[in-house]
Amino acid sequence: MGKVVAVTGNEAVANALRQADPDVCSLYPITPQTDIVQRFSSFVANGVVQTELLNAESEHSAMSAAIGASAAGGRVVTATSSQGLALMWEMLHIASGMNLPIVMPLVNRALSAPLNIHGDHSDGMGARDTGWVQLWSESAQEAYDNTIMAFRVAEHADIRLPVMVCMDGFIVSHSIARMEYLGDEEVKNFIGPYQTVNPLLDMEHPKSFGPLILTDLYHEYKRLQHEIMGRVKNVVLQVSDEFEKLSGRKYGLFESYRLDDADIALVILNSAAGTSKDVVDELRDKGIKAGLLKPRLFRPFPYEEIGKALKHLKAVCVMDRADSFGGYGPMFMEISSAMYQADGNGKRPKLINKIYGLGGRDYMPSDARQVLLELNEIAGGAPVTAVKEYIGVRE
Amino acid sequence: METRELLKWSAQVKLREKSKQEGRLEHGHRMCAGCGAPTVVKMVLMATEYPVVLSNATGCLEVSTCIQEFTAWKTPWIHTAFENAAATLAGVETMYRALLKKGKMPENVKFIAFGGDGGTYDIGLQSLSGAMERGHDMLYVCYDNGAYMNTGIQRSSATPLGADTTTSPAGSANPAGKLQQRKDLTRIMADHGIYAAQASPSHWLDLMNKVKKAHSIKGAKFLNIIAPCNRGWRTATDNSIELSRLAVETCYWPLYEIEDGKLKVTVTPEEKKPVDLFFKPQGRFKHLYSPENEGVLEKIQAQIDKTWERLLKESEGPC
Amino acid sequence: MKKWTELVPGAVVLEAGSSAKFKTGSWRTFRPEWLQENCIQCLMCWLYCPDMAVKVADGKMTGFDYDYCKGCGVCAKECPGKQGKKAIIMKPEGK
Repeated sequence: MGKVVAVTGNEAVANALRQADPDVCSLYPITPQTDIVQRFSSFVANGVVQTELLNAESEHSAMSAAIGASAAGGRVVTATSSQGLALMWEMLHIASGMNLPIVMPLVNRALSAPLNIHGDHSDGMGARDTGWVQLWSESAQEAYDNTIMAFRVAEHADIRLPVMVCMDGFIVSHSIARMEYLGDEEVKNFIGPYQTVNPLLDMEHPKSFGPLILTDLYHEYKRLQHEIMGRVKNVVLQVSDEFEKLSGRKYGLFESYRLDDADIALVILNSAAGTSKDVVDELRDKGIKAGLLKPRLFRPFPYEEIGKALKHLKAVCVMDRADSFGGYGPMFMEISSAMYQADGNGKRPKLINKIYGLGGRDYMPSDARQVLLELNEIAGGAPVTAVKEYIGVRE
Repeated sequence: METRELLKWSAQVKLREKSKQEGRLEHGHRMCAGCGAPTVVKMVLMATEYPVVLSNATGCLEVSTCIQEFTAWKTPWIHTAFENAAATLAGVETMYRALLKKGKMPENVKFIAFGGDGGTYDIGLQSLSGAMERGHDMLYVCYDNGAYMNTGIQRSSATPLGADTTTSPAGSANPAGKLQQRKDLTRIMADHGIYAAQASPSHWLDLMNKVKKAHSIKGAKFLNIIAPCNRGWRTATDNSIELSRLAVETCYWPLYEIEDGKLKVTVTPEEKKPVDLFFKPQGRFKHLYSPENEGVLEKIQAQIDKTWERLLKESEGPC
Repeated sequence: MKKWTELVPGAVVLEAGSSAKFKTGSWRTFRPEWLQENCIQCLMCWLYCPDMAVKVADGKMTGFDYDYCKGCGVCAKECPGKQGKKAIIMKPEGK
């Protein structure tokens, strides 16, 4: 059974990869992800896994090689952060367009310029339209659990899509936390052996990968991709149910925290959700009906389910740890879309958007408190003065 | 070439037997009439007598051989993007090793990447260098037509000095066309400590021998093959083999190989011809014959002579 | 044309060599003709043809596959012929 340990997020994820024992791991170092591939390299060097390592000369090549290896017909992992993900951008679309079940931990980090190595969500949000499934994680435990589940989701016969598992750089990747490992055998049985679909290395049945598709069929291929993405939600729920039976830990499309009877709520991703939950509790003690929603599956985005979960609220603040310059925060745009479509009998919550924590700026309980108190006033009838606002910034 | 000589070569490579083998590149591809690239690919594959897995950089060869459900490839083939034929195939080859270790693959599979000069000399150089340095058991074949032909004849770092391309056009302010020398990629690749060679479809026996030799060596190998492009070189459709022959006979495209750091010229022209014979039939060099470009051809000839002498010297050196 | 429901996910082409279904013979403006009496069976035409449009049987050239021949003329140019007489000549198509 499980083993309780005190480890960093990177160590937890590296161990999830070890337990999955992929056939190929292509890698390229980048802070704060480096620690994952370093640890994995030592697993390989010590014969703990059977994996073949490929030390690429860039993230572009790391993803290209991952695509080649995955098309060849086997389980493939890589990992990255920030600029690395940005360099992969072209290949991310190709991995999903070719329906290749690559699993990639993404240790979230800010994008340059100016250069910054610390955690924010600019990298992952920038990749939200690449056709990858995205699972976001609050803690080392969640990152570990999501990584294990990612293999089942990615390799599921109904979808065969690449999956990105996101966790906050440094805040989670480099902080030691208490968590629980599953047993090696349990994980092995849970993930199961890799099943090939149209492998390139089937020498008896030569196939061609990557044709030129012009105006007469491209639109149809994208329609098919849309259809396949539509199947992901059910697969994630099914895999999460099975995982709960194994681990006792329950995962859905998102986490609701004290939301059912709430008047106001924060929508917030990853590690900052933990800080916010404490403040929700504190306000509840003072009689303020606060709650929280933490998305887990960000792509495909569960608009309907989230709309349903939030529609009874009076006011909601979407907290973005990334900005879409010239637009609202990326998650705000999703929540707004969800709420516009949600059937609230003509009523829908007031929505505001706060940009916080860019480039690893600390997100403090006082930040959550300030936002929740503002929401409480809006819920009580105060006007919304600014839809989008930076918080935790020196004015 | 002498008929007798030709038949002798033909016997050496057992062409008659080869013609009975099933080809690995099928007709119905959409390369331009008379293009040199499919002939290069055909010859490379003809030299292989074992299962091969291919990758292809984006380019003429790729878009013309695999479009919609029509593929000309009869052996496993993958294209992902422009700059990464080497990295993509490196991934395939790594997966092969992983599966071989587990007893899931036969032992005799070989790997070949094809890329044009744009995808090899320029945008794909990093990916190529990385794959060669890591020593993947693969052969990278560059079919060098000296420009970005797929996008419409733009200059690359393989474009020869003086060539008129759509992005190095000869004009009134710059009558000479491309002002820079070609990058010597074969030498750069050889400096990775791998087997690297230059070949030409006109000298098909030499080409096939190099493919065979490359595949007899475990690890990374690089082959640079001249592949005339009628459209980009502004020449007749029947000229591709003749021009590749003239490229060799003028020593514009010397045939040599470098193995273990030792260079060997594999074909020495009986009589070294002036580069003019190679340039004259090509419209891309037409402007070099006008008065404002006086001296350019001589400069090019001098450069070719110098390189050829250096090659001969190295080839003759202690070995 | 296919509907989206009929496509292979990932756009994998499952049938090797399916380009044979796409005939390129209509591109031709010149047509190679084989003069058997001048042929020494060196197979250079077969070797140099970029379109795999020279037919061979039992190791011998037997003619052209006009479904695929694009009429480039490489075969005629490279043909050594017999005693200076070409075994392949190009003629304008449609005459």
